[in-house]
Amino acid sequence: MSTTDTHSTTLPDWFTARRDAARLRFEATPAPKRNDEAWRFSNLSQLDFAGFTSNSGQAPATDHLIARSTGIGSTAAKLVFVNDTLVHSETTRLPAGIICLPLAEALVSHPDLVEQHFMKQETRLGSAKYAAWHEAMVANGLFVHVADHVEVADPIEVHHWIAGGNTGIFPHTLVVTGRSSKVRVIDIFRSAADLEPGLAIAFNDLSAGENSTLDYIAIQAFNEVTRMIQIHETSAARDASAKAFILNTGASWARNESMSRLEGPGARSDMLAVSIPAREQEYDQRTFQHHVSEGACSDLLYKNSLYDNAKTVFSGLIFVDEGAHHTDAYQTCRNLLMSDTAEANSMPGLEINADQVKCSHGSTSAQISDEEIFYLCARGIDPVSARQLIARGFSVEVVERIGNEAAEELVLRFVDDKFARIAGGGA
Amino acid sequence: MSLSIQNLHATLEDGTEILKGVSLDVPTGQVHAIMGPNGSGKSTLSKVIAGHEGYVVTGGSVTLEGEDVLAMSIDERSRAGVFLAFQYPAEVPGVSNANFIRAALQARLPEGVEIDAVAFYKSLYERMDLLEMDRKFTGRAVNEGFSGGEKKRNEILQMMMLEPRYCILDETDSGLDIDALKIVAKGVNSMRGPDRGFLLITHYQRLLDHITPDVLHVMAGGRIVRTGGPELAQELEAHGYDFLKEAALA
Repeated sequence: MSTTDTHSTTLPDWFTARRDAARLRFEATPAPKRNDEAWRFSNLSQLDFAGFTSNSGQAPATDHLIARSTGIGSTAAKLVFVNDTLVHSETTRLPAGIICLPLAEALVSHPDLVEQHFMKQETRLGSAKYAAWHEAMVANGLFVHVADHVEVADPIEVHHWIAGGNTGIFPHTLVVTGRSSKVRVIDIFRSAADLEPGLAIAFNDLSAGENSTLDYIAIQAFNEVTRMIQIHETSAARDASAKAFILNTGASWARNESMSRLEGPGARSDMLAVSIPAREQEYDQRTFQHHVSEGACSDLLYKNSLYDNAKTVFSGLIFVDEGAHHTDAYQTCRNLLMSDTAEANSMPGLEINADQVKCSHGSTSAQISDEEIFYLCARGIDPVSARQLIARGFSVEVVERIGNEAAEELVLRFVDDKFARIAGGGA
Repeated sequence: MSLSIQNLHATLEDGTEILKGVSLDVPTGQVHAIMGPNGSGKSTLSKVIAGHEGYVVTGGSVTLEGEDVLAMSIDERSRAGVFLAFQYPAEVPGVSNANFIRAALQARLPEGVEIDAVAFYKSLYERMDLLEMDRKFTGRAVNEGFSGGEKKRNEILQMMMLEPRYCILDETDSGLDIDALKIVAKGVNSMRGPDRGFLLITHYQRLLDHITPDVLHVMAGGRIVRTGGPELAQELEAHGYDFLKEAALA
């Protein structure tokens, strides 16, 4: 334990030990190279993170950020972090049987519970080095533990702000649902100012217990000089449903690595994403649907609408373990090219080691068809608005799978905001 | 007051001439029908009037109350009062029918003026009731997964909502069973009036059993080859199109 660390007098030993080990691992792990399969088509120059500092514990004046932290109307709890520092918390509406705390607090009050679930999976989609960095730096985030049979009706909403230039954050979201319980968590990532470069290395542990329903939404709406790596580790036990939805509208570069493990029969994982890159934005998405158990279902739908010189990479793998019979696994990536200079790369993949499986994977890239435009224009809608309506519709199809009106409205607010900026010439 | 087509010539992008001098005048207050065999250019005429970019107008004119329609963009033509009910309406995934119609109505309003949502839905539901359309069609994506008949009703619904001055219906009767045909006809008939003109394009006479035209044109080989009253339909029914083709060549 380091004596210079002011937190370490209260943090559990396991955590500080892992933090120290992670720091060494981060330093020892080489940076991704051009010929790494997990970084194929990636822009590796985005991985130079020199000059960023974590300002955790030193949130600047935050009243205006708290005021701007509006999400859905009715929440079970709402937390606001600025530079990984909790600046606002509303938790009085939580039902009994749920622990919902800032991670920094949970580490102290429920160390064993956190340890049971904290970063248990090996990061396999390319960012092991950055997962180690996250583990070495993580200071805060959300911890949710829902007891058996407890249902949380309204979502838990967490706002993550980056404030100040060259600031890095390392937010962690850890959600555990007990048997037959239900919860929905929404993370919203934003920048305090438009022109301040930021960095976020975020990590999610989502563990859906037997017959539970765990819905997660990440809204990434950083400014366009911020970069983000977000790693999602999801596991679904027998008859559990884990649904994760990611929206990317912000950041200059964002990489999402999403891993879902289907661990029991009847488990279901929905992996959904909508990305709307414009100008020079780049989104790099890697997914892994891991069928460990027989009789489980995973369904992935990622949609990208690319404007200007935007670039996307999608690489997905469905992996069915030996013995994971009667698997249903689907993977679809669709790209809507809104300009001639946008670039969408898709690499769908499938590896099946079991029998009687239903799997499909595919990706498409297309422009809006002339017939669709003609149809809308023939109703008096101008061509620019027509393209906008169609592109919005393309995204809406995924958003509607969230299955909660308030959450869908919130996501569409960010979607519409992005389209308005594209229409306005900004991004 | 009329939609006037004079000596209209149009080709495909490859230069193949489809319309070879069509002249037709549809005044408000009248229903005109165009019948003709497949390949006569009926559907092309409707698309050229609407502004489809797959055709090149090589001669002639289309005017709306004297205004040059051919100089207008597709959306301007619609806002100027020309409506085309499509033979094969496009599907627009993710855009709800209600939002689509609302956007079309909104496009007709001056900047800064918003549609009154309550009045909009009231008017939408009234027309849907008339067309015997289930309310669920407001929330469904435009034409996506609709049956052929549902798509055609949806075209008529849009026409009723946009209240255009001139309505062109391109083979709206094709693919409809008799009950759906009657409902569509009811919608069209409800809109007939002194301030509105119709141009019905059809291959079969049966639509005209339910919507009686004032004037019937027969098109063949890219031209109007005969014009007459509704009784012309009976003649066609009795003799078929062959003699007209011969007439066109003569």
